[in-house]
Amino acid sequence: MERTIYREIQANRAILQTAALLGVFLLGAAGAVLYMEEYGHIVTGMTNQIVWGLPHVFAIFLIVAASGALNVASIASVFGKTPYKPLSRLSALLAMALLAGGLAVLVLDLGRPDRLIIAMTTYNFKSIFAWNIYLYNGFFLIVGIYLYTQMARSMPAKVVKTAGFVAFIWRLALTTGTGSIFGWLVARAAYESAIMAPLFIVMSFAFGLAVFILVVTFTTRVTGRPFGPKLLNRLGRLLGIFVGLVLYFTAIQHLTSGYWARNGGIERFILFNGGIYTTLFWVGQVLIGGLIPLALVFHPTGGRKPASTIVASILVILGGFAQVYVIVIGGQAYPLNIFPGFTASSSFFDGVVNTYNPSWPEFLLGMGGVALALTITGLGMKVLRILPTNLSDANVGQM
Amino acid sequence: MKLPALKFSKKPSEMDRRDFLRAGAALATITLAPGVTLMAFGGSEAKANADPAKRWGLLIDVNKCVKDCTACVSACSQENGWRLPVNKETDAQWIRKVTLTDNDTGREEYLVTMCQHCEEPPCVDVCPTGASFKRVDGIVLVDKHICIGCRYCMMACPYKARSFVHENIVDEQKTWAPRGKGTVESCTMCVHRVDTGRIPACVEACNATGHGAIIFGDLKDPESEISKALAKYPSTALRDDLGLNPGVRYSNL
Amino acid sequence: MKRLLVFFILATALAGHTAIAGNLGPEIPKATGKPHPEGNLWMRINHPKMLLHDRNLTMRQGDRDIEFSLKGCVSCHAVKGADGQPVGYDDPKYFCRVCHDYAAVKVDCFMCHNSKPEEKTQAFLSPRKAPDSNELAAYLNKTGKETGQ
Repeated sequence: MERTIYREIQANRAILQTAALLGVFLLGAAGAVLYMEEYGHIVTGMTNQIVWGLPHVFAIFLIVAASGALNVASIASVFGKTPYKPLSRLSALLAMALLAGGLAVLVLDLGRPDRLIIAMTTYNFKSIFAWNIYLYNGFFLIVGIYLYTQMARSMPAKVVKTAGFVAFIWRLALTTGTGSIFGWLVARAAYESAIMAPLFIVMSFAFGLAVFILVVTFTTRVTGRPFGPKLLNRLGRLLGIFVGLVLYFTAIQHLTSGYWARNGGIERFILFNGGIYTTLFWVGQVLIGGLIPLALVFHPTGGRKPASTIVASILVILGGFAQVYVIVIGGQAYPLNIFPGFTASSSFFDGVVNTYNPSWPEFLLGMGGVALALTITGLGMKVLRILPTNLSDANVGQM
Repeated sequence: MKLPALKFSKKPSEMDRRDFLRAGAALATITLAPGVTLMAFGGSEAKANADPAKRWGLLIDVNKCVKDCTACVSACSQENGWRLPVNKETDAQWIRKVTLTDNDTGREEYLVTMCQHCEEPPCVDVCPTGASFKRVDGIVLVDKHICIGCRYCMMACPYKARSFVHENIVDEQKTWAPRGKGTVESCTMCVHRVDTGRIPACVEACNATGHGAIIFGDLKDPESEISKALAKYPSTALRDDLGLNPGVRYSNL
Repeated sequence: MKRLLVFFILATALAGHTAIAGNLGPEIPKATGKPHPEGNLWMRINHPKMLLHDRNLTMRQGDRDIEFSLKGCVSCHAVKGADGQPVGYDDPKYFCRVCHDYAAVKVDCFMCHNSKPEEKTQAFLSPRKAPDSNELAAYLNKTGKETGQ
């Protein structure tokens, strides 16, 4: 077993092609932002009823995945699993990159993105949103320090472990904050629940690891660096556990809410008669993002194949988007019950299931966030010694 | 809330316009010089019309709100410079007429709803910058100078009282009701009128039709018309279960 | 030697710039009503602070009788266009833009505020009250003391 050597990745044809593709998406997003800036949100599908739309789905997915991408580093530093250690640097870099991508989408969708300085300097400390601004900025700082401790020469192992521990606690707080953006809203039946915070945490475990698996598999393949099938399989089984947790928390969320008579309406809407939202829930989240990946990674024979883990990761990401879509958009589509016992109607869509037609600018902005996150990750690997030259099973050792 | 005293920059010595333009470097020095506190000419004492001893509220009598009447809605639109909805999904609606059908009996009722001016407003709690705020007299407003357009207040409001401005507005605003693209807005209880001792436009319009379905007044003053009516007749608040204690009340709902 | 050269180039450039600025500076449009007793330079330096301060008085405390309101600026400073009607912020001749474009400083006010004077004040019916000579003297005296001049 040789020593783990970290080296910058070298540009080759495949990497340049990927970079060009990401560049196209970044340009598309830039165009979308300018378009939305010029004409206002009228050019998006968002309305006074569906106030948060596709950009928020992308942003929340990325922010949640960001904290989850740190899993691998946490497992190595905090829980002392040495086989994951060579992947720690990439884990930390990817976490910061995903957060940057998500926040970029969130900020560029603001009604007044030019007032970012106000968001950064004027705080209402009773707002979970304001706390999140600190949690997000702190995440960059702490994970940045953590990455530095990992990369600095002759850094004592204890320091790395401490930094890793602080980062681990911080990412839990961060995802708690993100979940609480919804959990603390009393206004909407779909959200008001303490389970939002832990649900978002297990979602982050799953989404972040899925993104991580795809990034590391892709990068090692195009750079021709070995990546052991056993290590991949191990990551895949870990993903399976996280996916199971997401299903469990989702079940608890809907069972609890459905048990309350007052929430019968919203639960029937999401689970049975909500049209696109019901489909996205059962087919998107539960089947594609849950059951199929579980079957793939835990299949007694097929589960060992690298393809199973890779396909499972892709499905978890797709299912994750479906889940966030159902939470964000589905939760707003169901009408507010302002007048219990009455059926309301008005010029402002009282008592009506709200429709939402996502527009191209929104989609391009969201994809721009994904592209930004991947570009930052790629550039980071290009200029810093992030990725080990050899991730073969023989080299990373056994658990 | 106490505002900090205004610090002026040092008063520069007499200069004419030409000097002003030439003296780029000198100007920078003057501007950077330590500030001194001065009151400008005729600087009268600040007249804070927002009075913590008051709490403004509305009482809407559902029995008196008539089926096809939207006088209050039109009056609000005119007073505050928002157009009656053309694009219903994206146009702002500060006040709206709602038709209610009783799920059990099928009986129809009519009322108007707008910002409920909660004592514990969720929109104020969630606003990251503090743009959403409650005046000491209970009126809930959006400070558009620091609103970043995140729409979290719209997610948090249980009454769907807020609208987001989706399009450019150029020189159509009333001077007393600024509104612009990318910020959130809602009923201000005609704060500009209240501050000058007048009643909100919707109340005035409702009275003019002779329906008299909306009473405006100080909830803290037991002698006010609204307090007397509340003391005499049963009333309720929308989503009373949330404990937000709205300043807008409904009777005969 | 090199340093000396750099100094001369910079000095020449600065001198040239100043000269040009003197000729090509913004053409500040004349306002109606009485001039500000504090002086134009004072206003040029301090108007953002005063607007910022007084807007919060109105917004947060409901003071409707403030000294420095945007409405007040607009009512006296509005520039008339070719049609005799006041121009809006979209016109480069707009009084704020004349200097702000020159200085490349963005004005955010008119995203929300109407940039044209209210109809009833278009005739500039209510210019600010000018101070009498006693007030002026007292003010200058006070200013002199506080600034140590």
